[in-house]
Amino acid sequence: MSAARDDILGGIRRALRRGPLSADQAAELTERIAAHRRNLVPARAAALDPAARIDLFVAMAEEVQTTVARVSSELDIPAEVARYLAAENLPAELVVAPDQSLDAIPWDTRPLLHIRRGRAEAQDAVSLTPCLAGVAETGTLMLASGPGTPTTLNFLPDTHIVVLHAGQIVASYEDGWDLLRARFNPPPQAGEVDRPTGGPEGADGAPLLPRTINLITGPSRTGDIEQRIQLGAHGPRRLHIVLVEDAPSQV
Amino acid sequence: MQPTSHSFPANARAGLADPILQTALGLARTGFPQRRQEAIARLPEFEELREQGRAIKDHALANLDFYLELYERNVTAAGGQVHWARTAEEARATVLAICRAANAKIVTKGKSMVAEEIALNDHLEQNGITPVETDLGEYIIQLRHEPPSHIIAPAIHLMKEQVADAFREAHTELDPARPLIDPRALCDEARTVLRPRFLAADVGITGANFLVAETGSSIIVTNEGNGDLTQILPRIHIVITGIEKIVPTLEDAATLLRLLARSATGQEFSSYTTISTGPRRPGDLDGPEEYHVVLLDNGRSALLGGEFQDMLRCLRCAACLNHCPVYAAVGGHAYGWVYPGPMGAVLTPALVGLGEAGHLPNASSFCGRCESVCPVKIPLPKMMRHWREREFAWRLNPPVYRSGLRLWAALAQRPALYHALAGTASRVLGWAGQLRGRFRSLPFAAGWTAVRDMPAPQGRSFQSLWTEQQRRSERRR
Repeated sequence: MSAARDDILGGIRRALRRGPLSADQAAELTERIAAHRRNLVPARAAALDPAARIDLFVAMAEEVQTTVARVSSELDIPAEVARYLAAENLPAELVVAPDQSLDAIPWDTRPLLHIRRGRAEAQDAVSLTPCLAGVAETGTLMLASGPGTPTTLNFLPDTHIVVLHAGQIVASYEDGWDLLRARFNPPPQAGEVDRPTGGPEGADGAPLLPRTINLITGPSRTGDIEQRIQLGAHGPRRLHIVLVEDAPSQV
Repeated sequence: MQPTSHSFPANARAGLADPILQTALGLARTGFPQRRQEAIARLPEFEELREQGRAIKDHALANLDFYLELYERNVTAAGGQVHWARTAEEARATVLAICRAANAKIVTKGKSMVAEEIALNDHLEQNGITPVETDLGEYIIQLRHEPPSHIIAPAIHLMKEQVADAFREAHTELDPARPLIDPRALCDEARTVLRPRFLAADVGITGANFLVAETGSSIIVTNEGNGDLTQILPRIHIVITGIEKIVPTLEDAATLLRLLARSATGQEFSSYTTISTGPRRPGDLDGPEEYHVVLLDNGRSALLGGEFQDMLRCLRCAACLNHCPVYAAVGGHAYGWVYPGPMGAVLTPALVGLGEAGHLPNASSFCGRCESVCPVKIPLPKMMRHWREREFAWRLNPPVYRSGLRLWAALAQRPALYHALAGTASRVLGWAGQLRGRFRSLPFAAGWTAVRDMPAPQGRSFQSLWTEQQRRSERRR
C-alpha cells in the first residue's frame, strides 16, 4: 500500500500548495513537540494547595459515582476491602494486580479474603489494582499497563478497586503526562551519551508510552436507551478507590 | 451504505410523521443542550479552550504530512503497523486482509463512524466474518439492520419498546416471557449477551478520537468500556480512522479532550479515555499481539487548502446535531447517510458528492447555533452557503428554482425597483389582510402557510422609517 501512502501524502501537499516541509520548518515542529508546551490548563485544580486538591479529587470522583474510602496506611487496605465487599454484598474473593507496589499489603490480616494475583479472567468478579496518578480536575484515575498491571483487571470484573496514594494526586492531565514521561522515558542523565534527537523511541529504543494508558472517570455507563444513564454497560458497575493518606503530597 | 440523501425532502416528511421518532427526539432536544450548558458553566476557561482547540487543529492540518509521517514512524517503533487507504474500498480490503490472515471468524467492534462510512460490516459479512457491534446503541441498530441516526448516540431515534422488540427477536435463547420493561433490564441483557462475544472475538476493531504524532498512540473516548474490551481481549487490534485525527502532542490532546466530553454529552470527562501504543509488550499478561492502524483519506485531503478545510477540525462531538432545529425536527435518518445534522450537511456533499447530497446544505435555517456551540469553531453556516453557491454554479438545482433565484437576484440588485415592488406588495397585503390581521393561505406560498398563518403587513416598511429618521437627524444637525 505504499502507492496509497505516496498518493495521500502527495495529495496533502498538493492541496496545501507546497512540497515537503523544509529542514528548518521540520526542525521547528520537532522542537514544538520536544518542548511539550502546555496549552491553557484550567485553574480549577492547578491553583489549589495539596490538601484542597485531594478534596477536589474526591468530590469530582464521587460526582460520577466513584466511591472513595480514606485510610491512613497501607496496613488498613485489607480491612477496608473486606468492609467494602461485605457492604456491597460481594464475595470475599478478588484478583489483585501482580505489581510489586501492592506486595506490602498484609492480606494475611484478613484470612477470609481469597486473593489471587494475575490478570483478570471471565469469571473474576472483583479486581484490585494500583494506579499511576489521580487527576483532581475531573476525579480521573490514570492507570498504565505493564507486566504487573494487566489491563483486563480494569474492565472485565464487575467491581474494580483501586489503591491511590494521596501523594499521587496531581492537578491536571498534563501533570499526568509529565509523570508518564518521567517514569517510562526519563530524560538522559548528565554524562550519558546523547541519544539521536528527533528519533521516535525512548531511552533504550523502547516505545514512548506503555501499551495502554487508561484514564478512568467513574464506573462504566451508557445513556443509549432514552438517554437514561445506566451504570455498568460493559465495564465495571462499581469503581471504588481506597485513598491511602500515608504521606504528604509530593507533587 | 448506499446514501439516500437525494431523498431528503421525502425522508424528512417521513420523520416528521413518525410519532416514535418525535417522542425520542423530544428527549434529546432538551437533554443534551442542558447538560452541555451546565458543564460549560463550571469551566470559566471554556471559551479560551475553544480558541486554542481551533488553533491546535489548524496547526496539525497545515502540517498534516509531517505529523502523519512522524506518527507512522512512532507506531512502527512501538511494534504496530500503519496502513494507508485512499478510498473506502482500499480500507475495507485492508481490514479484510488482516482478518483473513488471522483466520478470524468473529470480529468485535467499538463504535466507529469511519467504519460506518466505509460500510465495513457489510463487507465483512459478505466475506464470511461476523462483525459484532458492542456499543449498546450500535448493537441495537445492528440488530435492526439500520444505520445510526446520531454520531454519538446511534439509537437515539428509538424508545425502549423498540429496543425490547429487537432484543426479543434476536435473543431467542432467552426466556420469551422475561420482562424487558426498563432501560436497566435492556442494558443488563446486552451486557450478558455480548460478554461471551468479547471473549470469543479474534479481532477487535475500534475507531480513534485522536492520533498522537509524538507517541504513535491512538486515543478512544467512551463511556461503556466496550471499546476497551474490544481492544484488549482479541489477538489483533485494528484502529480505523481518518487522517485528520492527528494532533502533535499529548498536551494538545489534553486541550481537545477537555472540549470533547463537555460538548458531546455534557460530562466533565467521559468514563474511559484510553491511549493505545502498539501491541502487547514483553512480560505483559494481556493485550493484543498485533496492532494495526488503517488511515483513511476518502476525500479528506482534497478538502485541505480550500473553503472546506475547516471541516477537518471536526471532533465528531455532535454538539451541532444536538443544537440544530432541523435535526431536532426530522432526525438523523432523513440526512440519508452516516453523518447527519449540520456537520453532515457540510461533510456529506464532500464525501458522496453534491449531486447526491445537495439538499443537505439547504436544510438549514442558518440560525447559527451549530457554529456557536462547535468546540473548534467550525463556521458551518458559511460552508453550507459555499455548497449552495456551488450547487447554483454547477447547475444542480431544478430550473424553476434557478429562475426564481435569478429573478430575485435581479430585483435585489436594483434597490429602486425592489423597494417599489416590496412597497406595493406590502400595501396590497396590508389592505387585503386588514380584517383578520393574518392570512391562512397565499398564492405561491402554500408551503409556508400550510403549517402557519402569515401575518398581514401593518404600517410602513423598515426602509421608509429608516430613511425618514435619517432625514430628521440630518435636519437637526
